[in-house]
Amino acid sequence: MSENVLMELHAVAKSFRSADGAPRLILDDVNFSLAKGEIVALLGKSGSGKSTLLRIMAGLIPADAGKASYRGKDIRGPASGVAMVFQSFALFPWLTVQQNVELGLEAQGMAPLEREKRADAMLEMMGLAGFGGALPRELSGGMRQRVGIARALVTNPDVLLMDEAFSALDVLTGETLRNDILELWDSNRIPTRGILIVSHNIEEAVMMADRIIILSSGPGRIRHEVTIALPRPRTSDSAEVRALIDEVYGLMTMRPAHEARPGAAIATHTDFRLPETDVSRIEGLLDLLADAPFNGSADLPKLAEEAGLSDEELLPTCEALALLGLAHMDKGDISLSQLGLRYADAEQTLRQEIFGQQLLTHVPLAARIRQQLEQEPTGTSPEEPFIELLEEFLKADEAKRVLEVAIEWGRYGEVYEYDFHTGRLKLPDQQEE
Amino acid sequence: MFELFTPRRGARALLEAGPNRWDWILLPLVLAVLAAVAFGAMQMTRPFTVGEATPISLDPAYLPYYLLRTMLRMFTALACSLIFAFVFAAIASKYRAAEKVMIPLLDVLQSVPILGFQAIAIAPFIALFPGNLLGVECAAIFAIFTSQAWNMAFSLYQSMRTVPPELNEASRVFCQSGWQRFWRLELPFAMPGLLWNMMMSMSGGWFFLVAAEAISVAGQDIKLPGIGAYIALAIEAENGHAIAWAICAMLAGIVLYDQLFFRPLLAWADKFRFEESQGDTAQGSWLLDWGRRSRWIRGLTDRFWLTLSGALGWFSLRQDSARAAAPPHPFGKYATRAWNVLVPAASLLAVYHLVTFIHSDVGWAEAGHVVVLGLITLARVMLLIALASLVWVPIAVWIGLRPQYSQRVQAVAQFLAAFPVNLMFPVVVFMLVTMKLNPNIWLSPLMVFGTQWYILFNVVAGAATIPNELRLAADNLGLKGWLKWKRVYLPAVFPAYVTGAITASGGSWNASIVAEYVTWGKTTLIADGLGSYIKRMTDAGDFHRIALGIGVMCVFVMLLNRFFWRKLYLLAENRSL
Repeated sequence: MSENVLMELHAVAKSFRSADGAPRLILDDVNFSLAKGEIVALLGKSGSGKSTLLRIMAGLIPADAGKASYRGKDIRGPASGVAMVFQSFALFPWLTVQQNVELGLEAQGMAPLEREKRADAMLEMMGLAGFGGALPRELSGGMRQRVGIARALVTNPDVLLMDEAFSALDVLTGETLRNDILELWDSNRIPTRGILIVSHNIEEAVMMADRIIILSSGPGRIRHEVTIALPRPRTSDSAEVRALIDEVYGLMTMRPAHEARPGAAIATHTDFRLPETDVSRIEGLLDLLADAPFNGSADLPKLAEEAGLSDEELLPTCEALALLGLAHMDKGDISLSQLGLRYADAEQTLRQEIFGQQLLTHVPLAARIRQQLEQEPTGTSPEEPFIELLEEFLKADEAKRVLEVAIEWGRYGEVYEYDFHTGRLKLPDQQEE
Repeated sequence: MFELFTPRRGARALLEAGPNRWDWILLPLVLAVLAAVAFGAMQMTRPFTVGEATPISLDPAYLPYYLLRTMLRMFTALACSLIFAFVFAAIASKYRAAEKVMIPLLDVLQSVPILGFQAIAIAPFIALFPGNLLGVECAAIFAIFTSQAWNMAFSLYQSMRTVPPELNEASRVFCQSGWQRFWRLELPFAMPGLLWNMMMSMSGGWFFLVAAEAISVAGQDIKLPGIGAYIALAIEAENGHAIAWAICAMLAGIVLYDQLFFRPLLAWADKFRFEESQGDTAQGSWLLDWGRRSRWIRGLTDRFWLTLSGALGWFSLRQDSARAAAPPHPFGKYATRAWNVLVPAASLLAVYHLVTFIHSDVGWAEAGHVVVLGLITLARVMLLIALASLVWVPIAVWIGLRPQYSQRVQAVAQFLAAFPVNLMFPVVVFMLVTMKLNPNIWLSPLMVFGTQWYILFNVVAGAATIPNELRLAADNLGLKGWLKWKRVYLPAVFPAYVTGAITASGGSWNASIVAEYVTWGKTTLIADGLGSYIKRMTDAGDFHRIALGIGVMCVFVMLLNRFFWRKLYLLAENRSL
């Protein structure tokens, strides 16, 4: 069996050292293998560690525990058979397209003439012939990512890792590029034996992959696995594909309540994590849901299409609605609650009032901040204690982001305020003062 | 599968193509530069014994020759600075342990005035080449080097630390070696900042040229043929005409290297701008255009780049075996810990020696006196920066909002920043003596004479980048007069202003050595302060007191940077657009 396996992860864990020196678990007990001839998609919310997992496989960062191997050998650094395509393209802006594509060959010490030949062939294959002398800044996003893919493929990699490679492109360009790669793959015109895609676009994953792995967040573990036996090319409108997309949406939005294993209960703090979204998007989605044609409940894929939001934007927003008690989510559907419907009809002041109330009753972090401020004689408090509190189980930058979300929501609900220059949280000014 | 393709662009034979007219235009230029360099270099290695007077003539006919020598020195120093910057930045950004020591060290070195280095370095350099002018020449180059190197090294280091993470990852995924990464990623990314700092360094080199070429340390009086020595001699001889000629020569020199060196380099380096979109108008250079049109030059550069890209393969990683990264060695951890103990211990030892040195060699009274002098100079620096800001910020904003002027003003300001303050001595002495003014007050403006321009051109640049929409919005809301300045212009240029003011403040401390001690022939005007103290002690060759003065100045500059400018800088960064 090991003959057939390209990459294998066994009980891989990764933690990052936070500001106070204590490790924070990002990935825990991940077992996974990439077989020959397989395209696998990794899905997960932001903060689920899917990019970290990809980087462990690329040899960019080492795993803390467990074993990561490529063709039976331990991964101890970037291997020459593994190439990567980046979300932000990561082209060297001072090198021409040709030079960018030659980069990997140059690093291998290949002679200039030979690498020119290889790069020319690859540019031709990716539809970039004639662009060799251009600088990346002259190209559109789609063309830039073509260069990024050509640069990865020219080294004849065994394994191709794609880190949200299409998410910086508009939908149409992303789709075209995706189809081009699948065509190269299905017609065996590239020697690549396995592709791993990290994505947050559910449709993209369903259209491309033979297998979808869904990671839970905080710490990232493999939660579900969906095997897709449909032949490619797949039509996005076919009933099978729609059903699969629905299924994956359902899996992605499943309440993580049963996630915690029975034994792990001791370690759980109150979950202070907040979905990364903003008030205007929450309200916009709520209004959209309340109106026709949804009239209060919707299928998530349809809602995504109607709202023009990517999955990365839509899912946290839905989660926020559910968290605030304004909607319920069930198996890839979302429906507004009684309160949500009232909210949709309410005037601005009432909306903010409801928002504030829900915030205090349903969001532990907001309640904690409010409580703390009320205990202070001055009604103010520096932000640091809260950041420290969050850093107990989040990475430093994530903790900052969560607090930012909490601050925005708190301001909107008039629960507390924040002074940017002093970095202090405070109770809102009372009217009578 | 790639066999089908044949190479379309082989190595172009250099002389296959005949010369075109651009070749004929460039040929004399290239030959002239080569000949001048060769001649100047030959003059550098003449026999010389200490004490022998080198004849310097005030005849303007000698000025081109002096200019050549000065330029050679400055470019040699620039090349050394560049190499220093490469090595420094490469080491400091790769090794955490080295970084902990090197960055503070750079901070200290940056605040040591040029005379301090000269006092230490002159004797060893002369001893290195006995009986030859090359030793003194090296000392002069070293002195210029010390006024150029630090900011370049710092800029390169900073850029290397801030290489975008995704490019770093790409470089690693494609298995580039450290050597390849430096040339393909780190250096190109650092290029714009490095070039800008090289230009600043050249200005800095001019500013202290007199001190570097007319060496008067510890009783020595050596003048090397060059513009700086020419100025020094003119001051001794009270020759105003010669000063005027020196100014002309300097202007010619600056225009020359700007047109022949920096302009083409800037235009060429335009591709290294990191923003991937087409932004500012690119710098143009006639020389670069000519070079690109000339067949010979093109053939040469093609071959040059081909050779260079061959050199990129020198240290490539040999597949996976070479990179089987060793598991973290337990010894490494102990070494780090030992290092962390060793460094503070060494600095404690240094403090102990310093205390005993002050106690036994100079006495506490003297040390206290020097600190008071430092406070006087501090007051002067801060006051003058404030005054210069009051004058220049409004003017700079006005200019910055008018793009048709701003580019020209930038060029002029850069020239003025290079202008050695010594050239102002005749005017200043004449005014102070005839009007019987107090030197303690009226010499002070000299300190910011060369450095105020940093405020000007930073603020001009800042004002030029105020988004047009912001200005339109302000107009639309009817903001006028003071309100518009308070709410729009001043906050918008604040970060740029702070950057300029930091540079100006650092430069002013260094300039105090020249500005507080002014001579014109036999007239000497002295303002009390740390600068004049160091200058007097250098003339007297009292090494203990030079060390004391320089040490105190370092401490002042570093404290000021840490507790004032850095705070302001962080504030500005938080509020920037």
